[in-house]
Amino acid sequence: MADEAPPAGALRLESLSVGPLGPIDLRVEPGEIVALSGASGSGKSRLLRAIADLDAHGGVAALGDTAQDALPAHRWRRAVMLLPAESLWWADTVGEHFPDGRVPEPAALGLDAGVAGWEVARLSSGEKQRLALLRVLARRPRCLLLDEPSANLDEAATQRVETLVGDYVRDASVPALWVSHDPAQIARVASRHLRIGGSGLEVAG
Amino acid sequence: MTLIDLSWWQLALAAGLVVALAGLAHVARLGMSGSLLVAGLRTAVQLSLIGVVLEALFSVATLGWVALMAAVMLAMAGREVVARQKRPLAGWWGAGIGTASMFVSSFAVTVLTLVVIVGPTPWYEPQYAIPMLGMMLGNTMTGVALGLDRLTDTVWRQRALIETRLMLGERWQEAVADARRDATRSGLIPIVNSMAAAGVVSLPGMMTGQILSGTPPGLAVKYQILIMFTITAGTGFGTLVAVSAASRRLFDGRERLRVDRLRPVKR
Repeated sequence: MADEAPPAGALRLESLSVGPLGPIDLRVEPGEIVALSGASGSGKSRLLRAIADLDAHGGVAALGDTAQDALPAHRWRRAVMLLPAESLWWADTVGEHFPDGRVPEPAALGLDAGVAGWEVARLSSGEKQRLALLRVLARRPRCLLLDEPSANLDEAATQRVETLVGDYVRDASVPALWVSHDPAQIARVASRHLRIGGSGLEVAG
Repeated sequence: MTLIDLSWWQLALAAGLVVALAGLAHVARLGMSGSLLVAGLRTAVQLSLIGVVLEALFSVATLGWVALMAAVMLAMAGREVVARQKRPLAGWWGAGIGTASMFVSSFAVTVLTLVVIVGPTPWYEPQYAIPMLGMMLGNTMTGVALGLDRLTDTVWRQRALIETRLMLGERWQEAVADARRDATRSGLIPIVNSMAAAGVVSLPGMMTGQILSGTPPGLAVKYQILIMFTITAGTGFGTLVAVSAASRRLFDGRERLRVDRLRPVKR
């Protein structure tokens, strides 16, 4: 596809509102991971969906100088990519979900080198979760919205996910929002921790 | 060639068979006897009424009346398309997309066939126009209804999957492509199957009717082939148009999946 250069830079939310949440103002710098927590049902996922422009919302979201509505929605989402808590797969084999059918760096998450040829139906839930993250990173997004990316993983796999995401965020210099419930994880990966309280975000920890 | 007349008691005998079937269904507790009888009654009443209407229409035979009849048939077909869907598009869209696509395909193909191929004078001669449009609409309606039902139901069930594809930056056309292909296929399967089985497994209704009324089989076959092809074209184009338009309606300007545009299933 003949795309111009994708937008890049800091993620900015200005007076963003979705459902009972908002108005929310937030700035996440390139290379920074901001952790987001809150009681279940507080609207974390809805906030991420609004930033990815999957739900109608008020206010402004922008990446660098590029506002959300300045781009066709699919190009915005290609830049600002949401990894949902539950991963779903539409084709039979793993590779079909990846650009050019290649799974980059499977070993980084402890996966077999031949994983691209595996059948989706035979994947464990942990494998699916890790592959869903690789599926996102393979598309080289310019901003990451991660909804509990290590919720069902054991300690070793969780650590690998944290390392992989941390490396990507730093090397590609992209902003990231990371929803997590685990205070220890938040302390490990994030430079700031925000909690959803009532209708807005408050600084936690 | 004289036609053998059917008297009312002979029809009553045939009706008796349906009543007997309903009785058996009742005894076997199939829960079908009521709807069987109602449907049978509807057949008798609706066909008797249309018989009267057609006799009147044939005797007048002006373009205005033929067009009015065609419009009524189209409206009924549009209603039926919505009724056959589990989750049609809400508001006027459900009926609108179905009706518009049937109008475009059925009317275009029927008029084309009348004017260019069959060529009665005048071209709207109701004896040709109305039965042809009826067959066209009946089949197109089935295709459109099956296609739309499959599309809306698949999109509803796979909404999370489609959104996953949107999240990964796919265009709405890519995200809905599988559902759309399935839906178009299921709309076209009946007509493809009936073409494949025509003459071998089934003797198509129109041909049978023409032969019964004394048309030489050779001519009846030609008409049947013509009708089969035009029905296929009408059904195919109608289904394609309907499924494409409905797919578009399921996404908004920001390429968000809008399952809220489907009518909720009543419980």
